Amino acid sequence: MNDGERTAAGPAGGAPPDTHRSLPHGPRADVARAAGHRDPPPRMGFFTDTSVCIGCKACEVACKEWNGVPEHGLELTGMSYDNTQGLGANSWRHVAFVEQRKPLGGQEPGVAHAGPDVFKAARALGTSPGAGTPAPETAPAGAPAGEIPPVAPGGRTELRWLMSSDVCKHCTQAACLDVCPTGALFRTEFGTVVLQEDVCNGCGYCVPACPYGVVGRREGDGRAWKCTLCYDRLGAGLEPACAKACPTDSIQFGPLEELRERAAARVAQLHAAGVRDARLYGESPEDGVGGDGAFFLLLDEPEVYGLPPDPVVTTRDLPAMWKQAALAAVSLAALGVAGFVRRPR
Amino acid sequence: MSESDVTRGGLEGARPGREAVTGAHAGRRRRRRRDRRGEQPVVPEAHFSSYYGRPVLKAPPWRALDIAGYLFLGGLAGASSLLAAGGQVTGRPGLARVAKLGAAGAITVSLGALVHDLGRPARFVNMLRVVKPTSPMNIGSWLLAGYAPLTVAAAAADVTGRLRVMGAGATAVAAVLGPAVTTYTAVLLSDTAVPSWHEGYRELPFVFAGSGAAAAAGLALACAPPAQTEPARRMAVLGAVTELGAFRLMKRRMGLVAEPFEQGRPHRLLRGAELLTTAGAALAACADAVGRAGVGRRLGRVPAAVAGAALLTGSAALRFGVFHAGVASAQDPAYTVVPQRERLRARSG
Ligand code: SF4
Ligand code: SF4
Repeated sequence: MNDGERTAAGPAGGAPPDTHRSLPHGPRADVARAAGHRDPPPRMGFFTDTSVCIGCKACEVACKEWNGVPEHGLELTGMSYDNTQGLGANSWRHVAFVEQRKPLGGQEPGVAHAGPDVFKAARALGTSPGAGTPAPETAPAGAPAGEIPPVAPGGRTELRWLMSSDVCKHCTQAACLDVCPTGALFRTEFGTVVLQEDVCNGCGYCVPACPYGVVGRREGDGRAWKCTLCYDRLGAGLEPACAKACPTDSIQFGPLEELRERAAARVAQLHAAGVRDARLYGESPEDGVGGDGAFFLLLDEPEVYGLPPDPVVTTRDLPAMWKQAALAAVSLAALGVAGFVRRPR
Repeated sequence: MSESDVTRGGLEGARPGREAVTGAHAGRRRRRRRDRRGEQPVVPEAHFSSYYGRPVLKAPPWRALDIAGYLFLGGLAGASSLLAAGGQVTGRPGLARVAKLGAAGAITVSLGALVHDLGRPARFVNMLRVVKPTSPMNIGSWLLAGYAPLTVAAAAADVTGRLRVMGAGATAVAAVLGPAVTTYTAVLLSDTAVPSWHEGYRELPFVFAGSGAAAAAGLALACAPPAQTEPARRMAVLGAVTELGAFRLMKRRMGLVAEPFEQGRPHRLLRGAELLTTAGAALAACADAVGRAGVGRRLGRVPAAVAGAALLTGSAALRFGVFHAGVASAQDPAYTVVPQRERLRARSG
């Protein structure tokens, strides 16, 4: 993608003035207005419900296709089905795969394969029409698919496979945006955090500032890159490519307020179904980053998915840091003066 | 990535293979590395989950030579500006000249290192596109944009002997900005999510202030006429005491995330820095005492040069040690997850 191609979709001449400014700490409802946008649309975001993710990686592919993100190398990691390994300059969506020896909850595991026997059906193909669908009882005992997962007496599987599509969190208090010295990172009218690649000088400061390890500097290109929440598509009234491609609606896009309501209802539904592990991550405006614009429903502790359990935006302590640096500078000056003070002889 | 280490405790970091037990790796518990010298661990054994042991954070993409070098040279320059102004006011032209040249040279090279480390060096000026107090790198760029030309002007006026009034003014203003140039780099590191940098934000500016003073004193000791270096000798001692004391305090306060300072390469660098700085300052102090007794001249320049070299090397080693410790703390998920878990536990009662 050429310089400036994406910014053409944004306001002319780059970000409007001051949209690179950081937001005061504490919960904040209207981030876009606070960042200097007049009459912004509602804040948009993602709700990623990992309980229905099937690990198809359609989001990863769609993102790369739409945004022209280069390949990040092919490596077989042995980390279950995860060869993407993490977010970075060249991976703006990342599907994590976690294998655990733990029942999934009171759900129907659906592994008894009491339904149609596909092998028999396949053999019968083309012979006599209609013969390929035997009654469930006629399925041979110990069909290969039925033997693989051990099934506990309660009918629960003893292992579960967690999948979760990770993405930039579009934090309310975004450390990347706060520390960027060029103003390349700015807050859009949708309340998202976007990096203007035609301004970025590749200082790399945003990379260690992000409490989630999202943004990365691209080898050979020298600039930092991350998810834009498809700023160009949003501007045209479309949903982001990943959400569009997700076949199970694990990735849901919409106004953040609405997503939060939907997420609360979904957690309640899962809890009622006996999935006690279900929990929301990043949805609370009270957390250390003022709430995420892209939040998640997880089935285990965040760190199991590679997410920090209690992220805090580093700039929350910045006033104290400047104070300490000023004190130290004064001490240094005093120390210098002390060197020159004449000793009484 | 797919590398594994064979340790006495067995294979570490190996990826699951065919025989893998489901879930065994996902919620992997951490086996803590034992301190080789058999010291008691400062913090209790940490148990935590991670995603295949992969880091939560991204380490800074900076080259050590560029950025640690930038920190060191910035400190050297900033504190040298103090010696330059002091030397000028108290009639020590030799000391003032060395300090002015040192400040100008160091800040020029350090700016070069900063630009060299950018992914797009030609876009360095974008740093001055906005004024952003939330970005220490932005504020630092503005600071350097003001400070660097002043040091060059001061040095040029001194060497050429022209425009003395302007040179004196530049020296004075550079001395005001110099301490800020020395300590702002601590904020630059602390204002990140890197655990071992962020958690040290209270003391790190003092560590850098002391280290900068020691470096500037070292340069003056090594290069200025011995008869004029008494202030530098005192600065060396005060700087070393500040640096070492603040560092100790910082490590004590940091808890688990102090560990990266005590392991591997950062540990070797920091231990070296401690020894060199202590030795250099001690030598400088002896020279000071001997000098006052009136026998300094006869000793010649050798001890001063040795002390100066030790102080300079020590200061550089400190910055490299701090740099590498931060990178190591970002690369190990333990330093991200465990303190955050503890924080959550404390909050929930
Ligand atoms: S998750 Fe990281 S990159 Fe994304 S907005 Fe937050 S701080 Fe920035
Ligand atoms: S790398 Fe680019 S986007 Fe990141 S902080 Fe530097 S200038 Fe800003």
